[in-house]
Amino acid sequence: MTEMLKGIAASDGIARAKAYLLVQPDLSFSKKSIDDVDSEVARLQAAVTASTQELQKIRDIAAKSLGEEEAQVFDAHMMILADPEFVGAVETGIKNDKTNAEQVLHNVSTQFVEMFEAMTDNPYMQERAADIRDVTKRVMSHLLGVTLPNPALIDEEVVIIAHDLTPSDTAQLNRKYVKGFITDLGGRTSHSAIMARSLEIPAIVGTEKATETVNENQMVIVDGNTGDALLDPSADDIAKYDQEAKDFAAQKAEWEKLKNEQTVTKDGKNYVTAANIGTPDDVVGATDNGAEAVGLFRSEFLYMDSAELPTEDEQFEAYKKALEGMNGKQVVVRTMDIGGDKHLSYLPLPEEMNPFLGYRAIRISLDRQDIFRTQLRALLRASNYGNLAIMFPMIATVNEFKQARAVYDEERAKLVQAGVAVADKIEIGMMMEIPAAAIIADKLAKYADFFSIGTNDLIQYSMAADRGNEHVSYLYQPYNPSILRLIKRTIDAAHAEGKWAGMCGEAAGDTIMVPLLLGMGLDEYSMSATSILKVRSLMSKLDTKDMKKLADKALNDAETNDDVIALVKAVTQA
Amino acid sequence: MEKRDFHIIAETGIHARPATLLVQSASKFNSDINLEYKGKSVNLKSIMGVMSLGVGKDADVTISAEGADEADALAAIAETMTKEGLSD
Repeated sequence: MTEMLKGIAASDGIARAKAYLLVQPDLSFSKKSIDDVDSEVARLQAAVTASTQELQKIRDIAAKSLGEEEAQVFDAHMMILADPEFVGAVETGIKNDKTNAEQVLHNVSTQFVEMFEAMTDNPYMQERAADIRDVTKRVMSHLLGVTLPNPALIDEEVVIIAHDLTPSDTAQLNRKYVKGFITDLGGRTSHSAIMARSLEIPAIVGTEKATETVNENQMVIVDGNTGDALLDPSADDIAKYDQEAKDFAAQKAEWEKLKNEQTVTKDGKNYVTAANIGTPDDVVGATDNGAEAVGLFRSEFLYMDSAELPTEDEQFEAYKKALEGMNGKQVVVRTMDIGGDKHLSYLPLPEEMNPFLGYRAIRISLDRQDIFRTQLRALLRASNYGNLAIMFPMIATVNEFKQARAVYDEERAKLVQAGVAVADKIEIGMMMEIPAAAIIADKLAKYADFFSIGTNDLIQYSMAADRGNEHVSYLYQPYNPSILRLIKRTIDAAHAEGKWAGMCGEAAGDTIMVPLLLGMGLDEYSMSATSILKVRSLMSKLDTKDMKKLADKALNDAETNDDVIALVKAVTQA
Repeated sequence: MEKRDFHIIAETGIHARPATLLVQSASKFNSDINLEYKGKSVNLKSIMGVMSLGVGKDADVTISAEGADEADALAAIAETMTKEGLSD
């Protein structure tokens, strides 16, 4: 019997493969007294040996499929298992306390984890605490006779079924074999969704019950265009979806022809379609997908992937690499956007009731100018290697922008005085993601060289609805006239001062939103690289005069999000 | 028993990769090998023991080895110390 599972379409495409459940087994146990301590110690040693062998196997495969660097984490795990202070302490504990291996292992592990985690001035040690936890889980699984999922060992085509996928899970996945994802949690902007789009594999997120519904090895079809998954599909279903997959591939090939073309509307007007990137390596994907610029380079990876604050030189190298990779095309770097849901182990932030309304982004940068100035110097030094623009995140007031710009001007003057080569023209702009800023966009436009609209935060703050909270997810309404009016206001304010306005949220690659944005006169559309050609193709079929009429109706006549969707569909699907 | 003092010159102290290499080097020998710092002594064959000492730059540490291959063990450890730029 074919079963259907519905979720949120997170990454386009269609895949068909066997299910691989990436689910953590139950590792609970109870404390027991042991009489025969020797056989309990032998049981522990057997579990340690089995774990070491398993790790060696994973390590070898990971080194081949993922690279030596990704494999090194498993070396660290084996080293812990070989540590006489660790396994030795468990053996001694079993003998002295006459207690079962599971309980003693748990106690010893907790003791070490707490010791390493207490070294708050040493992020490296804190990371080792995570290694100890991972190794403990592995030994525990052998003691309990359950199997841990080892995604690094996958050697056939699969669809990954998971509760949620974390960056460390995805780092272990072999792109060659993973044909799609289905997760219980998440939305279009969650890590797993973004990851799937950058890997260009279809994904469905937010199904709520995929891990309960799907069985290991069950045949699954993932339709990443609609968000539907079929379990045990019939021969008819398979034929139908294989045809759709073929059509999708054909459409992609059609889009591919636009790769080296400009973005031009039906009536011959030029716009810019750009890519959002997270690391300098993503520049390859951006240029492969025909990006005319990088509209958003999130600089957070420099801070998040590091055990301590990144140095000026490390940052300089990363920015330089991205600028050189884009070969003269503009790269807009957003300064550090930490806080909210992004934390750094080495930069403890205060516990806050409302982190999204708290100490984050430019608010930290203006407070911790040591960190901010280091980043600006690295950017200024890199500016000589390409076409750099800088933007500040979370600007709410004119004074914040002026202060940030003043710090930039100071650092620039110092470097120029010291004889460092700095590009003549670097545009300094801001993210438009706080409603208060959008409302005084006319004032901000006097000081900022450009605006880049961040839709997720703009919607979250305008609707006063946490984007991670499922109970209020219905308020995520990107087409609501309230949001459209803020966007329109921002674009008009920029144009009145002769500046440009872009959008770097997911909405810039959305086929309902693009006609509206075009009608409102948005200049730059920055999105996941894999959406660029789809949007370029769509825009080539749209006439700006028609879109202006459509946008006017959406802004003035529509009352709801659904009204706007209906208006757009009536025009674009006619 | 063989004993030797080392003055740590590496910027980051005995940390990460150098700590791993020291442990690997010590683990090749049968002797009992200990690292002593600020009155605390740990098994040099234990990565977790070594790292838990938090040996920083300019620290003075003592390494002792006791067993049949104690002389060879200390010589090998001293070599790793210099090669990895931990001590001069």
